Amino acid sequence: MPDVLVLVDHDGEHVHKTTYELLTAARRLGEPAAVVVGTPGTAARLEASLARHGARSVYAAESAEVDEFLGTPAVDALERAAGEASPAAVLVSATTDGKEVAGRLAARLDTGLLIDAVDVDSSRVVTQVVFGGSYTVRSQVTHGMPVITLRPGSFEAEECPVRAEVKELALPPAAPTSCARVTARRGAIAGDRPELTEAAVVVSGGRGVGGAEGFSVVEDLADALGGAVGASRAAVDAGYYPHQYQVGQTGKSVSPQLYIALGISGAIQHLAGMQTSRTIVAVNKDPEAPILDLADYGVVGDLFAVAPELTRQVAARRAAD
Amino acid sequence: MNIVVLVKQVPDTSAERTLAGADHTLDRESADLVLDEIDERAAEEALTLKEAVGAEVTVVSMGPDTALDAIRKVLAMGADRGIHICDDRLRGADVVTTARVLAAAVRTVGDVGLVLAGNATTDGQASAVPAMVADLLGLPQLTHARELNVDAGRVRAERETEQGETTLDAPLPALVSVTEKINEPRYPSFKGIMAAKKKPVETVCLDELFPDTDGTGFLTTRTRVVEAVPRPARAAGTRVTDDGSAGRQLVEFLIAQKLV
Repeated sequence: MPDVLVLVDHDGEHVHKTTYELLTAARRLGEPAAVVVGTPGTAARLEASLARHGARSVYAAESAEVDEFLGTPAVDALERAAGEASPAAVLVSATTDGKEVAGRLAARLDTGLLIDAVDVDSSRVVTQVVFGGSYTVRSQVTHGMPVITLRPGSFEAEECPVRAEVKELALPPAAPTSCARVTARRGAIAGDRPELTEAAVVVSGGRGVGGAEGFSVVEDLADALGGAVGASRAAVDAGYYPHQYQVGQTGKSVSPQLYIALGISGAIQHLAGMQTSRTIVAVNKDPEAPILDLADYGVVGDLFAVAPELTRQVAARRAAD
Repeated sequence: MNIVVLVKQVPDTSAERTLAGADHTLDRESADLVLDEIDERAAEEALTLKEAVGAEVTVVSMGPDTALDAIRKVLAMGADRGIHICDDRLRGADVVTTARVLAAAVRTVGDVGLVLAGNATTDGQASAVPAMVADLLGLPQLTHARELNVDAGRVRAERETEQGETTLDAPLPALVSVTEKINEPRYPSFKGIMAAKKKPVETVCLDELFPDTDGTGFLTTRTRVVEAVPRPARAAGTRVTDDGSAGRQLVEFLIAQKLV
């Protein structure tokens, strides 16, 4: 079976769930080979959990300076691993960084790039949902080896314990004139909440929340459900919530199991970013709000009455379990 | 310094978009085409720099005849000249070709200090083309910038993504992609619109950008859509008007759906 390269998302200590999803998808195409790009010692820390999720090889692309340069070490590592392994495909998470790394790799190798796949079959045909959920498209690569970015959350991560072989992969030295250097880093302010695009539950607030302080109602419900917080563009533009949480055409596309829209009317741009969610709940005072037309459960009412009550009910149920 | 701004004409996101024809490409006939709103901010940033440090701003766009409108809009905002890459063979071009063609167009502009672009287009959402162009040109990529400073031959950017914020630093020349947070684009003035009509726009085709290709051998796409199916519109489910019990009813619904 040919190798399938998987770029590992990690924080230096732990493998992110998105990588287990990639490893699960990779098994449909061949033998998963994980590529770890990190500071020396990282692959050794991550190897056991990668092997538990089916990685038969773990490429260790390590150097003291990988964290100092944006993206380039990962592109270099995948390019070299592809040269060694002649893989059937390369899988990368469709995160902001992952999309850029995958694109740069495809450009260098002059190969086909399949963006934001939600499914992959054994013949390397991928399924994509385009135009904010209005079309389902199946695509394949016609030239070269497919580089596929997989939308987080579209695969269920499954364990598949194997024995992994660790292989050292030498990285070329970074060229400072062609790499952007990272001189400071500030983590996302999300705290303990799951990442928006990876969360199983997303609770979003819109202009109907009325102000930054009103978002505590949204946050309380998200926390009760163990979910992420999102915001509509109108809420972000009004300064109620930071831009990085914007859901929609110019923000993030999310596809959680449950999407709860509070005080969001449902402009087409917002719907484009969330209408592939499995279940949609909307609370809005305005019975004409477009989002109510596609909600599985729509409440015409005051979000400041409904959401806190829902939060209490969920918390009570959790406490009873 | 020369600054190049990469812009794209996209269907207006406030209208419905459809795929048409045997090749499942965008139905441009029925779409309302506009200059991508994030690219407009990249143009604004270029013009701000032009005013601050002095620069010639070239706007580059790949697309059919209509893309000229997007170029003229940026010229009306204050850019100096345009390059319109227009070639029937580029219809349905994939992102790799798009990046290669844009990189080749940037190479035709001498002494480029900075390439600017929007961080994503509102249609394709690949969000990868600026980084790909940078890679092909061997330039440092400072992508997803919400703040940008150019000084003493270096560029510094505040990058903001879902993974957090980073400060990036690189020597010029470099490529920067901006987010919609970076600025508020100016409106072209009447004077600007009139002046734009006289500004030079060079139309180039593939053979001019890639003189060594024989035309038939130039790959415009490495991917193929094998099937495109419109997704059924979502239908409204249960609807209730809150009488004080909606929160309780909602939790029952979520329990029934095994979501709580």
